[in-house]
Amino acid sequence: MAIVELSVPIGEAAIRGLHIGDQVRLYGTVITARDAAHKYIVENFIHSPAIPESERALHDELMRLWRGGVIYHCGPVVSKDEAGRWRFVAAGPTTSIREEPYEADVIAHFGVRAVIGKGGMGPKTLAACQQYGAVYLHAVGGAATLIASSVKEVLAVFKKEEFGVPEAFWVVRVEGFPAVVTMDAHGQSLHETMYQQSAQKLAELFSARA
Amino acid sequence: MENLVPHFIELIRRAATDLPEDVEAALRRAYEQEEAGSAAQNALGVILENVRLSRAASTPICQDTGTPIFYVYYPTGWSTLALKKQIREAVAEATARSYLRPNSVETLSGKNTGNNLGEDFPYFHFEEWEEDYLKVDLMLKGGGCENVGAQYSLPDTRLGADRDLEGVRRAVLDAVHQAQGLGCAPAVIGVAIGGDRASSYIKSKEQFYRPLDDASPDPKIAALEKRLTEEANSLGIGPMGFGGKTTVLSVKIDALERLPASYFVTASYMCWAHRRRTLVYRNGEVRIE
Repeated sequence: MAIVELSVPIGEAAIRGLHIGDQVRLYGTVITARDAAHKYIVENFIHSPAIPESERALHDELMRLWRGGVIYHCGPVVSKDEAGRWRFVAAGPTTSIREEPYEADVIAHFGVRAVIGKGGMGPKTLAACQQYGAVYLHAVGGAATLIASSVKEVLAVFKKEEFGVPEAFWVVRVEGFPAVVTMDAHGQSLHETMYQQSAQKLAELFSARA
Repeated sequence: MENLVPHFIELIRRAATDLPEDVEAALRRAYEQEEAGSAAQNALGVILENVRLSRAASTPICQDTGTPIFYVYYPTGWSTLALKKQIREAVAEATARSYLRPNSVETLSGKNTGNNLGEDFPYFHFEEWEEDYLKVDLMLKGGGCENVGAQYSLPDTRLGADRDLEGVRRAVLDAVHQAQGLGCAPAVIGVAIGGDRASSYIKSKEQFYRPLDDASPDPKIAALEKRLTEEANSLGIGPMGFGGKTTVLSVKIDALERLPASYFVTASYMCWAHRRRTLVYRNGEVRIE
């Protein structure tokens, strides 16, 4: 099966051309965001009647980076080299379903094109993928060292003091980050398909008694 | 007692960064069996490459370095207090050296203790034995796979599972199906039949110390282990739930006594990053395997 290369910013046509089961390699800017980051975004930018003045600069920067951009559900292990530059040491995906209450709004607000994580997400996110033209990309759980080695550069970090290292927004440049499309912009979820197919197989196994 | 702290640190480093040979060999066989170029095969390719990189760079195979579970077998006359103290010191130092992520969170306050030490963290089991040497088995049990473990009380009407090996079979297959790819398949499934709820979970996890290619000494159980491995793989869930031939690497089963009123089947799930190492200390010499 061919592997699709995606470069950030990603256009809508490229996203609509993807289907569940497709394998991709990502190139360009990716921003990590997990529980604290999602809660912060929703409280300050989406449910708030106006963006607080103190948070406007970050909002505008995220807007610039996430238009056509990528969210990564990840709490990295990082280190600082002798020159004081941050480096990703271990950076596998974390379980995505915890962001299900927020992700659809985040996709809509920023125009995010891809969300990377593991385990898949629910119907609200799937509907947002279809409506706004986005995909969910499943990374290989546990492949922490390999994924960290695809992170070539840490470009910036936001909210590190407030949220802590794993929960901060880490803006990184990746080269060849491997993932599989498991939720596409056509309303399909590989997680749902696999669950149904394996349930059918299970029923067959149960009908044959030992 | 001798100072074994540096050796315990090395045991932890090896466990966190150097996947055991039998697990890696099983993953390699799985890679060869999957369809060429499929998402399943490429996921296994990423996994194998990650194993290689982690070993070479001495970095954690997975950033979730799990719950450290220590099984300590000691000759008569050793102090378990002293052993525990040394192992705890090693855990804190291994955390400082980033072999382990700070993974111990106080449940009510949400505060991370920062060094993997807490009143009940890490987990210890001590056993005096008749051998003349010390053996410490360490397993690192990740959180994602821990979350998909399951326990059944038979009979179970939904599954049509009675109190027999057919009932055990149904419970285990249901657990694998419910887990899908969420526990980072391909998995090793540890199963305990019987016990009370707590002892059954413990026994199910003890199965993870077994070599992947062994079989239960009980022929009926051995046959069920083999059959369940094949049937779980026929579900087609595959690595990470991408679909494929390899959902489990092995199923390991043991039974323990139960009360007349109870019949538990417990299935613990171990992710592909099946991290375990053993330290043996004999006649002043240390070996880690």
